[in-house]
Amino acid sequence: MLATAVLIAMVMVILALVLNIWRVIIGPDVTDRILALDTLYINSIALLVLLGIHMASAHYFEAALLIAMMGFIGTSALCKYLLRGDIIE
Amino acid sequence: MNVLKRLVPHPIFSLLLWIVWLLLNNTIAMGHVVLGAVVALILPWATAKFWADRLHVHKPGLALRFLLLVLWDITVANIQVAKLIMNPMRKLRPAFIEYPLDTDHDFAVTVLAATISLTPGTVSIDVNSDRSVLLIHGLDIEDEAATIAEIKNRYEKPIREIFGC
Amino acid sequence: MIEIIISVFIIFGGIFTLIGSIGLARRPDFYTRLHGPTKATTLGVGGLLVASMIYFGTQETISMHELLVTMFLFMTAPVSCHLMAKAALHLRVRSEVDLPKSDK
Repeated sequence: MLATAVLIAMVMVILALVLNIWRVIIGPDVTDRILALDTLYINSIALLVLLGIHMASAHYFEAALLIAMMGFIGTSALCKYLLRGDIIE
Repeated sequence: MNVLKRLVPHPIFSLLLWIVWLLLNNTIAMGHVVLGAVVALILPWATAKFWADRLHVHKPGLALRFLLLVLWDITVANIQVAKLIMNPMRKLRPAFIEYPLDTDHDFAVTVLAATISLTPGTVSIDVNSDRSVLLIHGLDIEDEAATIAEIKNRYEKPIREIFGC
Repeated sequence: MIEIIISVFIIFGGIFTLIGSIGLARRPDFYTRLHGPTKATTLGVGGLLVASMIYFGTQETISMHELLVTMFLFMTAPVSCHLMAKAALHLRVRSEVDLPKSDK
């Protein structure tokens, strides 16, 4: 039961990742690509969490936490650059 | 009292840091309890210069109720937006709304903007320089005035009561 | 019984994650695209993390890491959304409806 649910959810998340990559490629604006990358990292956290349940191992959370932090910093740095032409003022 | 206030400028923040430290290490071993406490005391003290005004929660009970209300709204309204996204026949009516703010307290405006962004159908975009108008983008807006009134009564009023501004 | 609850949370999370990305892929302009990922995806990942928390709670070791990730995501999602929208408005990214006048 649980194993099936995890597999179904994994397929859905992977589909979501494919859609995100498609959006990164076609754009059309630079903000669209940033938004797609932002969604991409959140979805990869979802995939990692599912992998953790699938393998019954809690070791994936450090990675999930790191991706969450780095992703957020990356998104804000990119937006800051677009807004001001500079990241650290 | 004053010395204590200078050494521990943000007691709530310190407590939060301490809890997060223990959660990160996933343990309540004595060593980590002490180390976490040291970190939680030093960090707010070292960064005290960078903080704007202190936040005061005047009504903790109302804050908790507000948190539950927002969590409930996020879940219920997400299902509605999911229906909108999945239905290709439906023509959406997106719109930019200028929302007049009643408070100019930095932290209260931040909380309100975050709440608006998390509850589906609306995203906060920009605050003008004198903090009187919040620009919102709505996904499917029928009546602009009704949306503004709903946000005002449902979210801004409790936030202003919680922080007393 | 607990397995059913976990499975429901997992499926719920997966569906919302997918819906968020479908919204990102299908909406016609940037400002409407913004809505899918910031909310549905955040809620979906939140659901998955709750499932994981319950799952590891039933094993011997209690793990609270998920709580941190959930809290972090729910705090950062509106901020990054706000930043992206602001950047888009600054660059005057095309929209289906008229853009508001900038106050600069």
